Amino acid sequence: MTDHELSLQATILRRRLLRLIHHAGAGHTGGGLSCLDILNVLYHRVLRVSPATAADPGRDRYVQSKGHCVEALYTVLADCGFFPDAALDTVGEYQSPFVGHPTRKTPGVEMNTGALGHGLPISLGMAMAAKLDSAPYRVFTLLGDGELAEGSNWEAAMAASHYRLDNLAAVLDHNSLQITGPTREVMSNEPLGDKWRAFGWEVRTVDGHDYAQLTGALAAPAAGKPLFVIANTVKGKGVSFMENVGSWHHRVPSDGELAQALAELSATEQSLREAAG
Amino acid sequence: MSAPASSMFTPAARAVAARLGLKPGRPNLEEFADSLQALAAADRNLVAVTSDSRGSGKLAPFGRALPAQLVEVGIAEQNLVGITAGLAACGKKAFGVSPACFLTARALEQIKNDLCYSNVPGVVVGISAGVSYGALGSTHHSLHDLAALRAIPNLTVIAPADNFETREAIRYAARATRPVYVRFGKAALFDLHGPTAAFEAGRAITLRGGRDVALLATGETVVHALLAAAHLEDRGVAARVVSLHTVKPLDRPAVLTAGRECRALLTVEEHSVNGGLGEAVASTLLQAGLHPAFRIVGFPDEDTVTGSQADLFRHYGISMEGLAETARQLLGD
Repeated sequence: MTDHELSLQATILRRRLLRLIHHAGAGHTGGGLSCLDILNVLYHRVLRVSPATAADPGRDRYVQSKGHCVEALYTVLADCGFFPDAALDTVGEYQSPFVGHPTRKTPGVEMNTGALGHGLPISLGMAMAAKLDSAPYRVFTLLGDGELAEGSNWEAAMAASHYRLDNLAAVLDHNSLQITGPTREVMSNEPLGDKWRAFGWEVRTVDGHDYAQLTGALAAPAAGKPLFVIANTVKGKGVSFMENVGSWHHRVPSDGELAQALAELSATEQSLREAAG
Repeated sequence: MSAPASSMFTPAARAVAARLGLKPGRPNLEEFADSLQALAAADRNLVAVTSDSRGSGKLAPFGRALPAQLVEVGIAEQNLVGITAGLAACGKKAFGVSPACFLTARALEQIKNDLCYSNVPGVVVGISAGVSYGALGSTHHSLHDLAALRAIPNLTVIAPADNFETREAIRYAARATRPVYVRFGKAALFDLHGPTAAFEAGRAITLRGGRDVALLATGETVVHALLAAAHLEDRGVAARVVSLHTVKPLDRPAVLTAGRECRALLTVEEHSVNGGLGEAVASTLLQAGLHPAFRIVGFPDEDTVTGSQADLFRHYGISMEGLAETARQLLGD
C-alpha cells in the first residue's frame, strides 16, 4: 500500500476503532487513536507475519506492551484478516475471547499483556531466542509514555544493548499524556533520546502519524544495537475534540460524540481522496 | 558427597536415619545444577537464565561447558522472568534461576502474567528456598512463595524432598508444556527413595505406611517427617509419611485417603502456615467432609527468629523430635 492508501485506510480504521469502543462501552480511546498509524505501518509494511504465517517459527513478533490500547491492535489485526471483523463486536462480552487487553486467545496476539513494563523484557527474550537459533526474525514492542516509569523497562534497556540485540525494536507512542495528565508533570521521562542513547540504543525520532517517516525508521534495524523509535504522536489523533485532551484516555464516546467523530473522519477521508485527485 | 549438616539432625535423629538405612545425599541445589547441565548438553534448545546467580545456583560449570546456553541478565529478576517467558514463547526450553525470595516476590507479576497468563512453558527455579539463607534474615527467606503461586492458574508448583525428587522434577519441568516452578534448598540431607521409586508430577509418594497419624510433608521437611515416623513407631504409634512434592496441583486422592484412614493428620512445610501446603490440605479435607485431628507445622505469622536454617527448623518444631511431639499431642497421648 502507498502512503496515501495507508492514510485513507487509517481513517477507516479509526472509525472502526471508535465504533468498537462505543459498542463495547469501554476502551482506551485516546491512546488507541495515537498508536493506530504505528500499528498500520507495522502490520502492512514491516512485520513479516500474516494469518497464513501466524504459527511460523520464523515470523516477526510484535508484543504490545501498552496493552490497554488493545482496540487499535484488534482493529488492525481484523483488517489484516487474522479474524473476521464481526468478532470485534464481542470485545469484552461474557466469554468472548476478545479481552480488554491482548491475550493469546486472539489470533495474531503473541503474548498476554496489560500490566505495564512487561513487553520489553518479553521482547528481549524473543530477540535472544532468534539470536540463539540464528533465525532472522525481528521483534517489535510498543511502549507508552507513562509506562516508562516502570523500572523493568530500564532493566531490559540495559540488557538489550549488553547483548547487542539489533533484531529488537521498541517504539514509543510518544503522545506525552497519561491518565493523570501530561507525563512531564506526572513523572518526566525527558530527555528521552539521550536516555536511550546512553543505554546503548540507536534512537530515531519521527512523526508518528507520517507513514513515510515511520516506515523509514522501522523498516531497517540498527547495526549492532537495539532500536528505539520515538514516534511523536497526538493522543486522540484524527478527532478534533479528542486530540490532546487527557480525559479521552479511557472515555467512551456518547452516541452524539461518536456520530460527530465518525463524520469528521469521513470528511478527512473524503478530502484525502480529493487531494489525490 | 557432602554429609548432612550436623546441626540439622540431632545424634538421635542421625541414629534413626542410620537404622532406616538412609544414605547421605548431596544438596538438592547441586543435584539440580548437574541435572540441568546434563539435560542442556543433550538439548541445545535448553537455556538457563541467571540474575548474577550462576554461582549461588551452582551453574558456573554449566556456563563454562555450555556458554551459548546460559543467559546472564544481571541483578534484575523482573527482566529474568520476562526474558524467560519470551524465550519460552519462541520455542526455547528456558529455566530462569534465581533465589526463591527475590524471584517469587519481586518478579511475582512477571510469573503471573508473562509465564502463567500467557501460559508459555518456561520454568522458574527458586534456589535457596524457604529459610535456606538462615541468619541472613527475612529479606532472604521465601516463606510466602507457595501461597502466592498456588493462586496462579496454569502453574505447577514443586518442592522436591531429596536428590531423586529434584532430578525428576527438573526432568519433568524440561518436558512440560506449561509453566513450572521448582523450589529447593542448599543443605545436604538424606536420600529418601529406593531405586524403584517413581516420580510423577501431581502424584504424591508414600514413604511409609501407618494409620494412627499421617505426616503430609513437602520439600526438605519430608526427611524430618520420615525420621519422626520411625521415632513414633518405637513408641507404638504407626505413622504414615507422604511426600507431597507437588503442592499444585495437589494429589487430592492421597490427601483424602490419609484423611479417611488416619486418626490424625499433620502437615509439614518450610513455609508460612498461611496459604501453603497445610491450608491446601485442610481445604481438601474439609470440602470432602473429613475433619480428622489436624495440625499445620510451618512458620507462624510472626517475625522469624534469627538463626541458621537448622536453628529455625528446630525452633519451629520441624525436626524428628518436634514433629513426633506434635503428633503425640495431636493423638492425645
